[in-house]
Amino acid sequence: MSVIPSGPRPKHLTIGRIGMYCFILVCAIFFLMPLYVMVITSLKDMDEIRAANILNLPKELSFYSWPKAWSQACTGFVCEGLKPGFFNSIKITVPSVIVSVGLSAINGYALAFWRFKGAYFFFGLCMFGAFIPYQVMVYPLLKIEDALGIYSTLPGIILVHTIFGMPILTLIFRNFYASLPIDLFKAARIDGGNFVKIFFYVIIPMSTPITIVAVILQVTGIWNDFLLGLVFAGRDNQPMTVQLNNIVQVDYGVAEYNVDMSATILTSLVPLFVYFISGRWFVRGIAAGAIKG
Amino acid sequence: MPLFRNIASMIALLPMIVISLTVFVGCIIYSFVYSLTNSKLVPVMNYVGFDQYERLFKQRKWDVAVENIFIYGFVFTIGCLVIGFLLAVLIDQKIRGESLFRTIFLYPYAVCIAAVWQGAGFVMVLMLAGLRGIDEDIWKSLSIEGVAKWKSYLFVILPMLRPMVVTAIVLIAAGVVKVYDLILALTSGGPGYATTTPAMYVMENFFSRANLGQAFAASIIMFISVVCILAPWAFYEFYLRNKYAAN
Repeated sequence: MSVIPSGPRPKHLTIGRIGMYCFILVCAIFFLMPLYVMVITSLKDMDEIRAANILNLPKELSFYSWPKAWSQACTGFVCEGLKPGFFNSIKITVPSVIVSVGLSAINGYALAFWRFKGAYFFFGLCMFGAFIPYQVMVYPLLKIEDALGIYSTLPGIILVHTIFGMPILTLIFRNFYASLPIDLFKAARIDGGNFVKIFFYVIIPMSTPITIVAVILQVTGIWNDFLLGLVFAGRDNQPMTVQLNNIVQVDYGVAEYNVDMSATILTSLVPLFVYFISGRWFVRGIAAGAIKG
Repeated sequence: MPLFRNIASMIALLPMIVISLTVFVGCIIYSFVYSLTNSKLVPVMNYVGFDQYERLFKQRKWDVAVENIFIYGFVFTIGCLVIGFLLAVLIDQKIRGESLFRTIFLYPYAVCIAAVWQGAGFVMVLMLAGLRGIDEDIWKSLSIEGVAKWKSYLFVILPMLRPMVVTAIVLIAAGVVKVYDLILALTSGGPGYATTTPAMYVMENFFSRANLGQAFAASIIMFISVVCILAPWAFYEFYLRNKYAAN
């Protein structure tokens, strides 16, 4: 093994340790169950789904539900599958992540190093925003966007995601910058750096780890968002989650569970992918969002 | 001079200040003002006092929604805490395949399948971070004293993790109030309105029942409950702690 054990090595398997492994295994199975059911259901055809137990493995694999979910499943009267939703989600997620992370990095930097009178009052207000239920803000925000003429447009939904992502991101950037050695900043000041220069030449090069964390938080958060996409994106920009809901909640015809399951898995592929390639950072991201420094 | 020091910083923070004032503060004021009117399809300034709130509390549906959120919130918070803490303790035992198990327990957080899964994973990460931060010397002295492992976890380590437990409870509880997507996906609030939540009640009155005044009133009640959950924590976290730190 390449890992160096850091604690005392257990001498032998005691009853307690066996029990512990059993508990962890049971929990792991419990956690994996939904994923298992989703994958095998998506590989069965409808006759088999009706006939057999949902936990049974498929007798013969049928893959037709996947392409169907991707490009043919019906949402209301349109039968284009999830494909348009996927591209809409990308169109929403990419700019929203860039704008919100950029803005929050500047906020965090200004709050950590260039404090002025009253800055922390507004920071407090901003943090307060993180806990206001969306439902309180949805309608007035809709009115504001309407007045600005961007309601139901791509810039509209991007602005909304930026607003709702800002409090937590500002907090984690501020905490990260506050943990940097202040002498570094002082040295840059003595060398004649100003607000903009220090940000670009000193702070940004050091911000890689926290930026990765912020991007992970935002990508998964925005991709999984349903409520805001439903209200603010407008008919032409509906994100994948909204289309998924439309496919799954059909009011007429036969519910095709295998197509529903394929569609669900397809929708969750992006966050899953982000999660698996960035496991370590992902964990750090959750902790950073929750523990204050 | 002092007023205009850091002018660049002020300009940089302008978007945050504007958003905080117009969206976060402005929307609450807007919602509150219109919750005192009898707006139906469009917001109109037709003052009716607290009628909407009175009507809200008489609604059977609202009662069910509030009841649901309490049951749901209670079970959910306790469940997440207990399972999350147990998992963190177990994973902390230097077991084989730790990263594999951690991966399994956290993936639902990434996909959002169902709430208990997500929440337990979240608590586990918080607690694990806390457990890993505990000084080795404490473990050494505990083992020298011959304290049983489960006892040291329960009576020594858990109290040491109190800030994390509190943070987890507050964040979960504040998140539970917002629950909307999940219930919509699982049951759509049905059968009838048996599993509806306050969040759904608000959205329904906004967008499908055209009963704006009622929706504003309900959303303000939601907001007040979140504030009631958060205020003691925020007071402790940001005020008392700073005071102690200053001394």
